[in-house]
Amino acid sequence: MAMTQTTPRQLAERLRVHFGERIVHADVSHGQVTIEVTPAHLVETCTALRDDLGFRFAQLTDLCGVDFLSYGEGEWSTSETATTQGFGRGVTGDSAPGRFDWEHRQRHPQFLRRFASVVHLLSFEHNIRLRVRSFAPEDALPVLPTLTGVWPSANWYEREAFDLFGIVYEGHPDLRRILTDYGFVGHPFRKDFPLIGNVEVRYDPEARRVVYEPVASVTPRVTVARVVREDSRWSTAREEAADDWKDN
Amino acid sequence: MTDPHDQAGEIRSYTMNFGPQHPAAHGVLRLVMEMEGETIVRIDPHVGLLHRGTEKLAESKPFNHSIGYMDRLDYVSMMCNEHAYVRAIEQLMGIEPPERAQWIRTLFDEVTRILNHLMWVGSNALDLGAMAVFLYAFREREELMDCYEAVSGARMHATYYRPGGVYRDLPARMIEYKESPWHKGKDLKRMNAWREGSMLDFLDAFAEDFQHKVDEYEELLTDNRIWKQRTVDIGIVSPEQAMALGMSGPMLRASGIEWDLRKKQPYAKYAEVDFEIPVGTRGDCYDRYLVRMAEMRQSALIIRQCVDWLRKNPGPVMVENYKVAPPKREDMKESMEALIHWFKLFTEGFSVPAGETYAAVEAPKGEFGCYLVSDGANKPFRVHLRAPGFAHLSSINEITAGHMLPDVVAMIGTYDLVFGEVDR
Repeated sequence: MAMTQTTPRQLAERLRVHFGERIVHADVSHGQVTIEVTPAHLVETCTALRDDLGFRFAQLTDLCGVDFLSYGEGEWSTSETATTQGFGRGVTGDSAPGRFDWEHRQRHPQFLRRFASVVHLLSFEHNIRLRVRSFAPEDALPVLPTLTGVWPSANWYEREAFDLFGIVYEGHPDLRRILTDYGFVGHPFRKDFPLIGNVEVRYDPEARRVVYEPVASVTPRVTVARVVREDSRWSTAREEAADDWKDN
Repeated sequence: MTDPHDQAGEIRSYTMNFGPQHPAAHGVLRLVMEMEGETIVRIDPHVGLLHRGTEKLAESKPFNHSIGYMDRLDYVSMMCNEHAYVRAIEQLMGIEPPERAQWIRTLFDEVTRILNHLMWVGSNALDLGAMAVFLYAFREREELMDCYEAVSGARMHATYYRPGGVYRDLPARMIEYKESPWHKGKDLKRMNAWREGSMLDFLDAFAEDFQHKVDEYEELLTDNRIWKQRTVDIGIVSPEQAMALGMSGPMLRASGIEWDLRKKQPYAKYAEVDFEIPVGTRGDCYDRYLVRMAEMRQSALIIRQCVDWLRKNPGPVMVENYKVAPPKREDMKESMEALIHWFKLFTEGFSVPAGETYAAVEAPKGEFGCYLVSDGANKPFRVHLRAPGFAHLSSINEITAGHMLPDVVAMIGTYDLVFGEVDR
């Protein structure tokens, strides 16, 4: 057991010193440390995080995919024009997730690449957590190295991220779909995959079997528009609370 | 089965299908098992039959609308799931619920833990051939579900925890049984004996008596020869395996690792209550049984401490921040601003500042985590729910290979699987 509890800031600093150029950046927010690692260094860095006595991240608690397409996009502009335009017309735009085509996809300056794999690590010995993010270099075919060799628990999580986001984990021993149906087409958690899906099933009494058809029984409907608001109270609150954030 | 016998009549390994509709599968689990006689060679679980895309649905709704989905993930430990989700939102917004709300959450997390473990001990015993435990366990579950109903109006899917506190304060009166052709006279009086006061009085009486109830379950199982034959030395998980395979909760503790988020990374009011972490030594199914039984006893102790505090300290149960919580009804009659806040909150919801966080709670099954990414909108950008059962089930091949077929049933039971959370 560690003598004293490592604070998130100390951990971030130690990571910066220990890994140097191998990590893109390490930052602290809400008492949690996030590091970004390039795919080329991912396995090597994670192995060190697991084995190095100062870290000892014995468990990969969680791994998930994130699709940063349309990050920060609202459906309803809250500038001064909003009051004259009203709500109903506000949501007919095509900027919102699930309702734009590939050519008109939105890019957020902070997240130029689309798919990331986010790993949450836990060190029982030092009672610390760490978030490791790495972006797939290609948007069209996102490929990342597998972590199954480092932590066996990555196996199903990577299958899940492959299934839902189409992130290919190179070297994974058994990269099959896991949550979606047998024979499912597409990756449903991508932001350009419609919420209502692409196909629906019904029993066809004439053919005497279940048939797949394009969705016709439901239409996409927005009950509450997606609105991005920058509230000054939050930034004030953040600054005030910055020093006394509890660990996790 | 596919051709178990070759020409010479010699038994070779064959593949057997288990589930998805099987009473011992605890929902919809399909296992494709490669077997050598009755011995398991390899298991390939097929999950996802209950996949509802909860995380994607949450992206299309304001933050508050998804609390109810959390109940439906692990539908036997409802409020613990809510707790992880609302905690993630609170962390991003930098708000802290009032003290009383945190005590109520601690109280109901423990009520939920007992609910879950009762369901577990009942159904696991049923899987392994003991009917009576199930009936005993459901007797007590019924009482606790009434507490759920008393605070939230729903027996299971409570939607009681909200960002910034809980939906409303504890009820002054506990709900009582009404007279009916089946319950009347002395019978009715006995059933309502604890229910004459408030819900806290009821829970206090329940928690005091519950230790004897756990004795009753233990009487049926702990020294039961058949139970021990089915569980001792079955599915041994070494501490190293438990950590590497992503295990948490009782699965981890039964393998001898003293790790409980309530102690190690305390949230709500767990730092202020007194309890112990039961730990196993062998990491087999029997140890996991003992750990869960001991946890129920500890939960009852925590409940009594929470009741004690809550009786003495009235106060608000929701933050007074109209951006997050609705204003009081009477304020809306007088104040224009309160009315605007009310309207904006219910038509648009609240915007959560951009950022990301991971909030974990010690759910009855293990670590239930919520990874939340917000881009500053009134809907989450990405929610990922870390369900303990998903990691547990993924280890089934490694743990049960070499065991007999009936041990797989014991193992599925001891994982405490609920497919609402595995498949999400």
